[in-house]
Amino acid sequence: MHPARSVIFFTTASGAGYGLLVWLAVVAIRDMLPAEPAFGATAFALAFALIVSGLLSSTFHLGHPERAWRALSQWRSSWLSREGVAAIVTFAPAGLFALGWVVFGETGGLWRISAVIAALSAMITVYCTAMIYGSLRPVPAWRTMWTAPVYLMLSVLTGALIANVLVHLWRYREAASALNAGVLVLLVVGLAVKLVYWRAIDGAAPTSTAETATGLGRFGIVRLIDAPHTETNYLMQEMGFAIARRHARKLRLIAIGAGFVFPFAVTVLAAYGVAPTLFVVLAAASGAVGIVIERWLFFAEARHTVTLYYGQTAI
Amino acid sequence: MTSLPASPAARKLGLVIDLDICVGCHACAVNCKEWNTSGHMAPLTDIEPYGDRPRGVWFNRIHTFEVSDAATGAGRTVHFPKSCLHCDDAPCVTVCPTGASYKRTEDGIVLVNTDICIGCKLCSWACPYGAREYDEDEGVMKKCTLCIDKIYNENLPAHSRVPACVATCPAGARHFGDLGDPASDISRLVEARDGFSLMPEQGCAPVNRYLPPRPRGEAGRSAEAPRMLTHTDTSGDGAGLLARWVDKLITG
Repeated sequence: MHPARSVIFFTTASGAGYGLLVWLAVVAIRDMLPAEPAFGATAFALAFALIVSGLLSSTFHLGHPERAWRALSQWRSSWLSREGVAAIVTFAPAGLFALGWVVFGETGGLWRISAVIAALSAMITVYCTAMIYGSLRPVPAWRTMWTAPVYLMLSVLTGALIANVLVHLWRYREAASALNAGVLVLLVVGLAVKLVYWRAIDGAAPTSTAETATGLGRFGIVRLIDAPHTETNYLMQEMGFAIARRHARKLRLIAIGAGFVFPFAVTVLAAYGVAPTLFVVLAAASGAVGIVIERWLFFAEARHTVTLYYGQTAI
Repeated sequence: MTSLPASPAARKLGLVIDLDICVGCHACAVNCKEWNTSGHMAPLTDIEPYGDRPRGVWFNRIHTFEVSDAATGAGRTVHFPKSCLHCDDAPCVTVCPTGASYKRTEDGIVLVNTDICIGCKLCSWACPYGAREYDEDEGVMKKCTLCIDKIYNENLPAHSRVPACVATCPAGARHFGDLGDPASDISRLVEARDGFSLMPEQGCAPVNRYLPPRPRGEAGRSAEAPRMLTHTDTSGDGAGLLARWVDKLITG
C-alpha cells in the first residue's frame, strides 16, 4: 500500500497526543504532581497540538477536505466515521480536564472524572484508527488481531516518552521515576507486540491467489501475461506499492533500534540519574523516528489483493 | 446511509462474462469509457492524455492471463475483463464514512454520490477487486454504474437498454440480466455453464459471474498441422499440362 505522508503523520502524531492525554490523566489521578498551571498549559498544548495537527493532516489527503464534516455521519458501519466521532467526543472531557488543571489548578473531584473519561475516549479513538486498517480484508497484513494492540501500545508508549520529558523538565521527582518505569515497561511490551505482529504477517498463509482472483485455478497455474494497459493507473499507484524485502528487513531493524532499543538504554541511564533530562529527551526523539519508520513499514509492507490482477501470485 | 440494505435486493442486476468467448479486443472498455464519460458519473477524467505518463479513470479493464496445466504443461490464454461486481456484501459501501457510497435496494447496483464523496479513497482499499477509481481531477471516487443511465432509459429502443460493454462486445462474451431471479436467461446460463464468482474467500458475495473456458477437444489436438511457408509441394497433382511441362523443364 502506498505510504502516504499525511496518513503516517496523522496516525503517529495523534497517537502520541492521545497517549500523552492518557499519561496526564494517570499522573493526575495518582496525585503524582501538583496541578501547576504552567506545566498543565504546556502539556495540554502539546497534546492538543499533536492531536489536532494529526487530524488536520488526515484531511489533507482527501479529495474534498471542505466536506470532511460529512465523515461523521456513518458511525454505524464505518470505522473511519467512528474514529472521527470519537476524536471529536474526546475533546469534551479532555477540554474539561485541561480547564481544571490550567485555569483552576485543580485535578480532583469532578475534574478527575473528566480525566478518566478523557483517557478512555482517547484510547477508544486510537482503537478506531487501528480498526480502519484492521477491518480491511483485502489487506491481510492489516487484518490481523495484532493491528489494534500495536496501535494502542505505540500510542501509549509515544505519549509516555513525551510525558517523561515534561516531568523531567519540571523536575517532578515522583512522576519522573514513575514515568521512567512506565516507559521501560512499555518499550518492552510494545516491542514484543510489534515483533509478534511481524511474525504473524510473515508466517501467514496467503488468503487469495491469482487462481482464486481469476477463478481459473481449476485449469492450472495462473500467470498474468498482459496488463490492461502500458502505463500505470490509480490502482497500481495506490495499492501496488511494494518495498523490496531486504529493504524491509533493514528498516525493521532501524525501527527496532531507534524506536525501542536505544530509548530503553538511555531511559535506564536516566533512571539511574545520569544526565536524566538529556537522556529522556534523546529517548523521545529517537522513539519518534523509530515509530515513524514503523508506521511507514506498516503501509509499505502491506499488500492488497488487487495486485493479483497485476502480476502478484499470492497475497 | 452506508449500511447495506437490511433485506437483500430481490433483483440483482449484474453481468456474466464468458471467458471462453472473450477475444481480448478491449472494445467493452473503450465503449464503457465513451458512454460513461458523459453519463451518470461523468467525466472519466484523463490526466496527461498526450503527455509522458497518461493515466485516467476506467471502469472496465481487460487483463490477459496464461493458465498452464501443471501435469501436461499445456497452456491457454484467457482474456479477462474486470469491472465492478456489484457485491451483495459490498465492503466499499460499509467503510464509506459519508454515506456517499450506497447499494440500491431496488436492483442491487452499487453507486457513489459524487456530490458528497470526500475522496478519502477508503472504499478503494476495501474493495478486493479494484473496482473503484479515484478521479484526481475531481477529487472523488468513481465506479461502474452498470450504465444505470442507459438500462432504464426509455428514450432508447428496448434492445439498447443494456450496459455499454454488453452492447458493444463483438464476440457476444458479455451478458446482462437479473441474477437474483433463478429463472432469468442469465441465471440459466450461469447454471448451464457452471459459472463462478471471483475470490469468494473475500466474503463480498459478488453478483457478477464468470463462465469458464470450455475444455479443448481431443480432435483439435490431433488435427494435421497447418501448412507452413517452407512446405514443398512435390505431388504435382492438379497442375495443368503447361505447368507440368515447365516444372519438368526447370527441375531437370
